[in-house]
Amino acid sequence: MYGIGLIKGLGVTIKHFVETYVDDLRWLGRGRYYNEEALKIRQGTEARGVFTVQYPEEKLSVPEEFRYIPFLVYEENPDGTRKDRCTSCGICSKVCPPQCIWIVRSNDPETGRPIPAPTEFYIDIDICMNCGLCAEYCPFDAIKMDHVYELASYERSSAHIYNKERLSKPASYYAEIRPKNYAREEAARAEKEALKAAKKKKD
Amino acid sequence: MTEKETVQITDTLEEQFPGAITRDERQGYDGYIVEAAKLVEIAKSLRDDMGYDYLSSVTGVDYLPDDKMEVVYHLYRSAGGPALTLKIQTPRDDSVVPSLVSIYPGADFQEREAWDLLGIRFEGHPDLRRILLWDGFHGHPLRKDWQEPFFEAEGKPFKSRWPQGEIQRVEDTHPFGKNVHYPSEFTPEGWTPEGEAALYSSLGKIEHGNGNNNKGFETDHIVVNLGPQHPSTHGVFRMVVTLDGEEIVGLKPVMGYLHRNHEKIGERNTFLMNMPFTDRLDYLCSMSNNFGYALAVEKLMGVKPPERAEYIRVIMAELTRVVNHIWAIGFLLNDLGAFFTPMLYVINERELILDIFEAVSGSRMMCNYFRFGGVARDIPEDALETIKILVNERLPRKVDELDLYLTGNEIVQTRAIGVGVLTKQQALANSAAGPVLRASGVPYDIRRADPYSIYDRFDFDVAVRYNGDVYDRYLVRLDEIRQSLRILKQAVETIPEGEIQTGKSQYQARVPAGEAYGRVEAPKGELGFYVVSNGKPNPWRYHVRAPSFINLTPLEEMSMGQKIADVVAILGSIDIVLGETDR
Repeated sequence: MYGIGLIKGLGVTIKHFVETYVDDLRWLGRGRYYNEEALKIRQGTEARGVFTVQYPEEKLSVPEEFRYIPFLVYEENPDGTRKDRCTSCGICSKVCPPQCIWIVRSNDPETGRPIPAPTEFYIDIDICMNCGLCAEYCPFDAIKMDHVYELASYERSSAHIYNKERLSKPASYYAEIRPKNYAREEAARAEKEALKAAKKKKD
Repeated sequence: MTEKETVQITDTLEEQFPGAITRDERQGYDGYIVEAAKLVEIAKSLRDDMGYDYLSSVTGVDYLPDDKMEVVYHLYRSAGGPALTLKIQTPRDDSVVPSLVSIYPGADFQEREAWDLLGIRFEGHPDLRRILLWDGFHGHPLRKDWQEPFFEAEGKPFKSRWPQGEIQRVEDTHPFGKNVHYPSEFTPEGWTPEGEAALYSSLGKIEHGNGNNNKGFETDHIVVNLGPQHPSTHGVFRMVVTLDGEEIVGLKPVMGYLHRNHEKIGERNTFLMNMPFTDRLDYLCSMSNNFGYALAVEKLMGVKPPERAEYIRVIMAELTRVVNHIWAIGFLLNDLGAFFTPMLYVINERELILDIFEAVSGSRMMCNYFRFGGVARDIPEDALETIKILVNERLPRKVDELDLYLTGNEIVQTRAIGVGVLTKQQALANSAAGPVLRASGVPYDIRRADPYSIYDRFDFDVAVRYNGDVYDRYLVRLDEIRQSLRILKQAVETIPEGEIQTGKSQYQARVPAGEAYGRVEAPKGELGFYVVSNGKPNPWRYHVRAPSFINLTPLEEMSMGQKIADVVAILGSIDIVLGETDR
């Protein structure tokens, strides 16, 4: 009969319509919205009914590998001073596909040798394509991709060029947003250092 | 094709055309150099007598140091097997090559593109106009001696970045309105585009008062511009149609509104830098784009990814196919008037897959995940678990639901069955690829016909339908989602532990001189990357054979005689993405 297919199809629509209300009942008292636990299930493989996230009141958690705009990692010394991990080797600015990283390197006025730290470090975030290659190929784990994605501003001509001050974040922040990566890199570093120490001892 | 067979083909050709065909002996190169005068005859003989009925790619390369232009053809058999590469060399200052449109109509847009970007004239082409750039454009940008405004250097990395980087905002260095250059005698105000007139005249004669008279009505031919801004075109794409009443009697696609000269950017970039740029071609399927490019460069480098990386690649490529096809089906229904309800249902599922991409690669759409000889990082254990749940439980259920929801729907059937028919012969001749080709009864799937990566290990069927209409293109996509899920189920079960990268991934990939054509069965069709290296850090030539672009070649044939309202559905059933069409 003509129209059977249509009615079957509308059955699917009704199912979707009803599912949201059934899901509402399931979260009765606890709330389907503005509830961390419910959000996880609503966005997971068991999701049923309306799929929307009530942004900005609700926010999806981002996975560890999420990447958005690089930042520079510095170590905090016990005396409160900072030590940049960056040695201004320039690999990040060489590998950057849209070429949005500018580094200024300077020489020690006394010895004339280059200082292994950047004097200036700029990233034009309007140009940055968030590919993450700089973080991937940095040999010193000094530049990493951030998790902050809310970057709207009123003044793009000045606010969207990040300088070294704006880009720098402590290693503890890095450990917080990427715990697995941090642990892996620290382990690799410790191993390397142990090897070095062992070699020194031998000598 | 075995070595023996190749020898046989060349022997026959050499016998038939003595002196006109020679082996390409350059280091790292493959294929045959053909004399231009004999090209059409050789192509005819290849097509009719030797089964090379599918012209995959036509492109040009500017060999500036040798003062030569080279046109490269990649021919295939629809029965399967590797490519036969033909090349023609012609002087740079007067590059003329015979057109192959009469033998392979699928060469139409590709030859126009080569004319537009490289300035190679194709003698005998019926409508040789610029295709991606505007008619006022000065020069042919892919020529090696052409330089863009604000030219900085032949290749990246630019010296200005380090060690004395001087930060400059791009808007200060490239002020708006000053970023084009044209010849000194040219005034933009006093100029009328000639191409528009040529475009309208290419539609054929416009008749007044003696159109379709068979119902006693006297109708005029009218020209209607659909787009560039039109909701049915999925982006900025324009169709100029001539109508007789409601019936289409002529159609010309106009594109290039999103053109950014991806290939020139690619030649400025280093090999690795191109990887994130390929994401932006078909921005719905960045994983497949990565795959094609990685294959091409790996062929040149001679590296092979480890087992686990191969599995991860296949898993990602097949998930991408699912994402693309449900998206295409949703949009097709949008085009048919089912405004956004089916679309939103499929977006739910797409969202879950994008979550996986985000966990694996760090980005939902611009994945930038593949590296030469592997992938960027290992797949997290919990992401693999989520994929297992999705492909074993949720997605099959949802695909069945989509099937129940749409396939039997009488309105869909009335709008789609028998509309936009493309016959098997037309599909092959026009170099259609992917679901468009397979819905016309050609069971050609590169994963089977010319297997790459580890596709030969999986058990799956090539989806094929035989009517070649909008409905069959829809059904082929549905079938393909099911087949992809089949591959995924096998892959997630058998994925081995191990390394994910052969050697250490280098930021400055060492690519030996030579050429390579890497192609994958992307969700939209055959996605090919033709890469030429001269041993330097930047590719000498980087060409993308974009399925969304070439699949538009048969659009006119599909739409002839159809109603104007159907052309929207026909375009929706081809499934184009303008990021890839316009490059």
